[in-house]
Amino acid sequence: MKKLFNTSILILAIASLVVAGEAVKIRIEGSTTVLPIAQLSAEEFMNANPDVTISVQGGGSGVGIASLIDKTCDIATSSRAMKDDEIKNAIAKGVTPVAHIVAMDGIAVILHPSNKINNLTVEQIRKIYTGKISNWKEVGGEDKKIVVLSRDTASGTFEAFSKLALNDEKVRKDALMNASNQAIATTVERTPGAIGYVGIGYISSKVKAITVENVTCTKKNILTKTYPLSRPLFMYTNGKPKGVVKDFIDFILSAEGQELVETAGYIGLK
Amino acid sequence: MKLKSEKIIKPVFGGLAFASLVFLLGIILILFQQGLPIFGVVNLFEFVGGKAWYPTAEPAEFGILPLILGTLWITLGAMLFCIPVGIGSALFLHEIAGFRLRSILKPIIEILAGIPSIVYGFFGMVIIAPFLQNLLDIPIGQCALTASLILGVMAVPTVCSLAEDALNFVPKSFREASYALGANRWQTLTRVVIPAAGSGISTAIILGMSRVVGETMTVLMVAGGAAVIPKSFLDPVRPMTATIAAEMGEAVVGSPHYHALFAIGLVLFIITMAFNVIAEIISRNYRLKLGLGR
Repeated sequence: MKKLFNTSILILAIASLVVAGEAVKIRIEGSTTVLPIAQLSAEEFMNANPDVTISVQGGGSGVGIASLIDKTCDIATSSRAMKDDEIKNAIAKGVTPVAHIVAMDGIAVILHPSNKINNLTVEQIRKIYTGKISNWKEVGGEDKKIVVLSRDTASGTFEAFSKLALNDEKVRKDALMNASNQAIATTVERTPGAIGYVGIGYISSKVKAITVENVTCTKKNILTKTYPLSRPLFMYTNGKPKGVVKDFIDFILSAEGQELVETAGYIGLK
Repeated sequence: MKLKSEKIIKPVFGGLAFASLVFLLGIILILFQQGLPIFGVVNLFEFVGGKAWYPTAEPAEFGILPLILGTLWITLGAMLFCIPVGIGSALFLHEIAGFRLRSILKPIIEILAGIPSIVYGFFGMVIIAPFLQNLLDIPIGQCALTASLILGVMAVPTVCSLAEDALNFVPKSFREASYALGANRWQTLTRVVIPAAGSGISTAIILGMSRVVGETMTVLMVAGGAAVIPKSFLDPVRPMTATIAAEMGEAVVGSPHYHALFAIGLVLFIITMAFNVIAEIISRNYRLKLGLGR
């Protein structure tokens, strides 16, 4: 099967070589947060440029960056900036990572709709997540135990939240670590005492997104960075992008590409 | 002609049989190679006995005691559910059910084994967890109890069919001898058949435990995922398998976190390996005792 697949790719490649005179492949790998953006733009880009093949894979920010360093992908998507270790590693292997911000993402703090709390300060959120506050009455709510939901410590969303809200302090040990945004949204929906955080695309009418420091989690407030829990989403290339990779990055940053970013549930840069 | 084809087939099948050995050795090699470097960062005692799992914090902490206890806690709970149900159904199928009932029930129990674990996980997350949350009035339904119940159900087919095999292995002469001495059916069952099949039943239980310890997707979805030392069955827990599955995708390749996850894999491998060896030893002794040879 795989052989057949490879052969057909080869035939396709040769065919397009004959037709267009050139066949190019771009491999994109990395963050599942950025995946929808990469996927949508890749489809549109391939429609406009039939001689280009783009493969898009998830796996996580760390995986994408590792692939970029190993030169097994052309573009690494990431929901966080590269770590110092990763940059050192890359340079040691002769790779010069260049960051491109392609979109903005906001982390919304969500509660069960029955919760009376409408606003929390960043400090209150930090105290809840680090274990200094464990009951809703301590922040002006009813006398109920707080069920703290977090993303896994290795996820990009956790890392962004940890930096933006927790000042890199440790999350309390009894926090429930969830593997996806959707899992957090679903659990908050059904758990009266729960608090969780998700990407802005996961806010629904079944959960209550609260204001942070009295700022609502909206597109405008994230773009202007008045909303405290906002973060950029990245695509990394090896060196300044050239050729088709440059065309693709330019496409995402164009008006058309940024519309796709919005379609994917994130916030365009313009 | 026959000789010639045999000459070809022998090494082919021999090679295939050895392929599993190669896979096993390869896996063990990689587990050690990728797992051992963590002990350059923390020592074995800090790793296995440490109470805090903060793999990405600065400085990182790699204590997997809460994860080990999470796994053992869930396994204990699952066994409390699965042993009575699994052994009970094996006894029913073997002793009480007639041929027709048995030919319906046994395939049904075996279908349980064929349901993908993510389906169990989804069922637990959407139905069992909210149900227990309301029933017991606990803050969150994703806890050790929910995971134990679902894993218990998942292990029933393993325990039941192996235990039934063990009962079938008891030679007919044992039973006949017991009846001949005037024992009734109940006495024969409890004093002759079950003791004779005892080690086979123990093997069934241990292999069921092995299944529970290694289960990943279901616990990832229903156990809650809090890396805290469990105090009750209503606490959320984070078993070892769920930790590896949730974090491997995002861990920086070659980092201490990455090696720590492999080392957890190594610990899991040693635990399930121990279970399998114990099961093997028990079943071997048992067959010898019954005079069935190896």
